[in-house]
Amino acid sequence: MKFTGTDRYVATDDLRMAVDAAVTLKRPLLIKGEPGTGKTMLAEEVAAALGLPLIAWHIKSTTKAQQGLYEYDAVSRLRDSQLGSDKVHDIGNYIRKGKLWEAFEAGGRCVLLIDEVDKADIEFPNDLLLELDRMEFHVYETGETVRATERPIVIITSNNEKELPDAFLRRCFFHFIKFPDRETMEDIVRVHFPDLKKNLVNEALEVFFDLREIPGLKKKPSTSELIDWLKLLLSDDLPDDILKNRDPTKAVPPLYGALLKNEQDVHLLEKLAFMARRESR
Amino acid sequence: MLLNFFDGLRKAGVPVSLQELLTLFSALDEGLAFASVDDFYLLARTCLVKDEKYYDRFDRAFALYFQELESLDQALEFLLPEEWLREEFRKHLSDEEKAQIETLGGLEKLIETFKERLAEQKAKHKGGNKWIGTGGTSPFGNAGYHPEGIRVGGKSENRRAVKVWEQREYRNLDDSVEIGTRNIKVALRRLRQFARAGAHEELDLDDTIRATAKNAGLLDLKMVPERHNAVKLLVFFDVGGSMDSHVKLSEELFSAVRTEFKHLEYYYFHNMLYEYVWQDNKLRHQERINTWDLLHKYGSDYKVIIVGDASMSPFEITAPGGSVDFFNEEPGAVWMKRLTDTYEKVVWLNPVKQNYWEYTHSIRLVSQLVQGRMYPLTLAGLEEAVRYLAR
Repeated sequence: MKFTGTDRYVATDDLRMAVDAAVTLKRPLLIKGEPGTGKTMLAEEVAAALGLPLIAWHIKSTTKAQQGLYEYDAVSRLRDSQLGSDKVHDIGNYIRKGKLWEAFEAGGRCVLLIDEVDKADIEFPNDLLLELDRMEFHVYETGETVRATERPIVIITSNNEKELPDAFLRRCFFHFIKFPDRETMEDIVRVHFPDLKKNLVNEALEVFFDLREIPGLKKKPSTSELIDWLKLLLSDDLPDDILKNRDPTKAVPPLYGALLKNEQDVHLLEKLAFMARRESR
Repeated sequence: MLLNFFDGLRKAGVPVSLQELLTLFSALDEGLAFASVDDFYLLARTCLVKDEKYYDRFDRAFALYFQELESLDQALEFLLPEEWLREEFRKHLSDEEKAQIETLGGLEKLIETFKERLAEQKAKHKGGNKWIGTGGTSPFGNAGYHPEGIRVGGKSENRRAVKVWEQREYRNLDDSVEIGTRNIKVALRRLRQFARAGAHEELDLDDTIRATAKNAGLLDLKMVPERHNAVKLLVFFDVGGSMDSHVKLSEELFSAVRTEFKHLEYYYFHNMLYEYVWQDNKLRHQERINTWDLLHKYGSDYKVIIVGDASMSPFEITAPGGSVDFFNEEPGAVWMKRLTDTYEKVVWLNPVKQNYWEYTHSIRLVSQLVQGRMYPLTLAGLEEAVRYLAR
């Protein structure tokens, strides 16, 4: 099984190698990179390309590792016992399967996405070491052991908000998605908008990369923002030359709201435009 | 068996373990990178490197290994100064001249000569045909022309040996570099973590209910750390001269996390702390604040961060009247002492590269004054400083 990207996702050589290595050696793949460079998309696309089901586990700051395995709902059981329900005798009725359990039981290979692992508590990755290594865990309440029939392809994303423990890193392959260069970006745009006119793409990319160059932007626009922006440009049916006739006095690009997500950034750009206007006078 | 490569990586400071090397071997065994050095590079990086901050070190070690420079030691210790390789001028050679240049023998010989010359050469060198430098015709150095040259960093002009690992794209991600716009976000996160430290515990209602149910209805109280910020911070910036660009950066850094801290106060000083500091740099002579007032106003539970290069004349620290701005009654050392007496946690962040510290008398003095709690203004330094402050 080789991953070569899909018709909606452009994978660079290094990314392809990382995915191949993880798939072949059946180890988790840890993906880092700027927000909006397609980390989460990758798991979806890998699943689509290999024709496997995708099980996504989105991590929040309150997520515990245990929730990925199973949860024991003691509260319902206590209530049921007070109401005299018969269910109460089988503890299995109160065990809720987590995403990892689902993936282990999928019956065949599947792709498991653990999204934004850095959001959780610092100990979270450590609590999953054995489970990811052996792909099995023990259910304390019922005494059974859940074992993966086939090792799932595990893709883990991180936004670098917390350092991940070494022991966890050792068990993963690691890949850092760097911001795409101009050529890759053209490929990406082509994949999303195959009918877009060549010159519009060029102009748009120029505006986009110029914008990224401006020092002091709080949040630089990323790939996903570019795609959104192009969508807007298309749906708005702007005349072709609106991007071409760019003069420095109008530094704020049309429909900038899709590219800049921060009020201060928009102000910064307006200020720059104002300064450029004054200079040209 | 790649063991030299493995050693090289460890020497270059990439934390690789045997486990990762074995992973690489099994990946090679599966035929993931067959007979292509580019594929091998990608595969090795995927298997061996676990953090993007090590990509640059990996690239360097990889390049060295593949140039058969086995004594990594020597070459890495001989870190080339930046300006040494700056391509200020370029010798334009005619085709005849190029043809005239003879190769110096095989690769083995080149490497040997390279090492010898590295040992011989002490100064920066440009042009010429023997020494290692820029724009010359010696086989060693950067941006020159020699048919069988060894390149030391920089860009390959003749496009003979451009490899991914030589582009050093990940240089900015190395955490020993100075804090810049690229890695400012990571620095912010470090500070944010710091801001959350030191909170009390409160009742965790959900967990208590769950635990009580599990306990068959007997009350079982569970506590969690309270989510609020208890850290109080007092920051002093050295302004003027060489410090300005650093101060701007650090100000941005701290103001970005302003809301996270319960209390965060800034003050400015010049070179050394004396009896006056100020809060508005434009009004530095009108609105001065007596340092005594500060020491009394902010309690000892404040943590103090001083950002400054500590590079000045030693008299500015040790002698009364040493200040360059006005006549100070008491030496800076006394004021620093008062500061460290009042506040338990005082750190000094220094943008000057750490390996120069011991050569500057005043830096050593200041470092003693803050009891060795001087950290470089890099990500790693900031992290260490924050760890100390939070302890």
